[in-house]
Amino acid sequence: MTDGLVEPLVAQSGPVIPDFGEGSDCVVDNRLFCPDWVRDNWSDVLQPALVEHVQLTIIAVAIGLVLSLAAALLTHRFRLLERPFGTFSAVVYTIPSLALFQLLVPVTGLTVTTVEVALVGYTLLILYRNIVEGLRSVPPEVLEAARGMGLTRRQTLWRIELPLAVPATMAGLRVAVVSTIALATVAALVVPKGLGYPIFLALREAFNTEIIAAGALAVALALVADALLVLAERALTPWSSARRTT
Amino acid sequence: MSGAAAEIAFDRATKRYPGRAEPAVRELTLTVPAGAICCLVGPSGAGKTTAMKMVNRLIDITEGDISIGGTSVASLDVTALRRGIGYVIQQVGLFPHMSVAANVATVPRLLGWPKGRIAERVDELLDLVELPADDYRDRYPAQLSGGERQRVGLARALAADPPVMLMDEPFGALDPITRARLQQELLRIQHEVGKTIVFVTHDIDEAILLGDRIAILREGGVLAQYDTPERLLARPADDFVVRFLGADRGLKLLALRRLDELELGPLDGLVAPTADASTTLRDALSQMIVSGARSLVVVGDSGEPRGVVTLETLAAAVS
Repeated sequence: MTDGLVEPLVAQSGPVIPDFGEGSDCVVDNRLFCPDWVRDNWSDVLQPALVEHVQLTIIAVAIGLVLSLAAALLTHRFRLLERPFGTFSAVVYTIPSLALFQLLVPVTGLTVTTVEVALVGYTLLILYRNIVEGLRSVPPEVLEAARGMGLTRRQTLWRIELPLAVPATMAGLRVAVVSTIALATVAALVVPKGLGYPIFLALREAFNTEIIAAGALAVALALVADALLVLAERALTPWSSARRTT
Repeated sequence: MSGAAAEIAFDRATKRYPGRAEPAVRELTLTVPAGAICCLVGPSGAGKTTAMKMVNRLIDITEGDISIGGTSVASLDVTALRRGIGYVIQQVGLFPHMSVAANVATVPRLLGWPKGRIAERVDELLDLVELPADDYRDRYPAQLSGGERQRVGLARALAADPPVMLMDEPFGALDPITRARLQQELLRIQHEVGKTIVFVTHDIDEAILLGDRIAILREGGVLAQYDTPERLLARPADDFVVRFLGADRGLKLLALRRLDELELGPLDGLVAPTADASTTLRDALSQMIVSGARSLVVVGDSGEPRGVVTLETLAAAVS
């Protein structure tokens, strides 16, 4: 681990002896949580880290979704591909994140690319499986009716199968987003970005407030993202919540 | 291919599946006149659904041909062919993510009709199947009962006014009361639209009720008899047909005719139970049995006596 991951942290982190700078008694005494520190450091430390975290997550999930959708569509057309794609995404998923970063650093360096490749890799399993499952969940009589009425294969895919795969896809997307938000904190091992970075710095100094504030922001971000996705799903699939009203 | 009904002609149509010695449908030859309902009936494995699906080429014909209005289905582009044929299946297969209106609009949209015309057509069809458009247009299939779903399925199949309809046991999954209502609805709608309909069912009573013609198929996809319900019941071709029609074949035949179709005897001051002129012979016979009378006085709409029907008249009517 010496050539890659630890060095940047050493280089970028503060002095080894705790020094919380000029601050309130609360900060100097390193009490559990100091609201004034959060207020003073919001715009310089926490807010930029939050924005970076959102960016890391959106890029990873967006690329993961595109790749998974492409793979799922290929699988839908050519059944034989299911095993190789499924195995690949499952194998990637089982690699511990620290090990995956370490494997990637020699190739892509200490860059955002390294982080994104790893984060994308972890979204593939859940997204791919859910989209394939969603496409497969279309009832056979619906497909027969579509064929009997003269929809072409492509029309059936775009008008029937993909819309009906949306609920399963959205369920996968929720899991992928929440787990990517959690996992992206580890990105700070590679690049000084995201909510993981203030946590790593604070860990070295055992500075409670910063750990708690950044951690809480990551949790809050995950909850908000999940809630937004639930709302998006309802807007996209009004039919799935429609039940007999009479 | 839309609008007026067209004749469907099966000409030695055969379906063989690779690796099977016996064909699923063997040299089926029959003609469904334009505007008629032809019921395909038979036991499981008799190839009735296979025969039907060869018409819109969901199943390819191995040998022989099927033509609609004189044009071989094999010569047409398959999607164009299917868009010109109404298709109704037992499980309906409504698109769950689309509203009732969007489901009904499926084929017109594929055909590129203008929006205004589609909207008008949807409302017209929902009226036809007795689902008030204002109430049902925006519902999703999950919000409908089984009977309502099949009504929407029927409206969807009729949307582009196809000359030909294929119906694969459309009422088979419904409860008996809903099924009976939809059978009557289909007859009423058919009276208005006059399509050529191929209707697959395993229920001989349904076939007798709905069919202008009935094709009875036997195992191995062989046509046993193709006739009107009356001729089928009165002159079954062989033992298989007799068994398939059931032991109550005579009663089924009686059920096809009504008292006002008979030559009635003179009243002669007879005192007997009365029966309406629109009563079926079957119900008249039942009435005689329960009332212990050997004759009934047939009365018209306003209760005026028209004549007398006797047990012997009923027996003579079906022999």
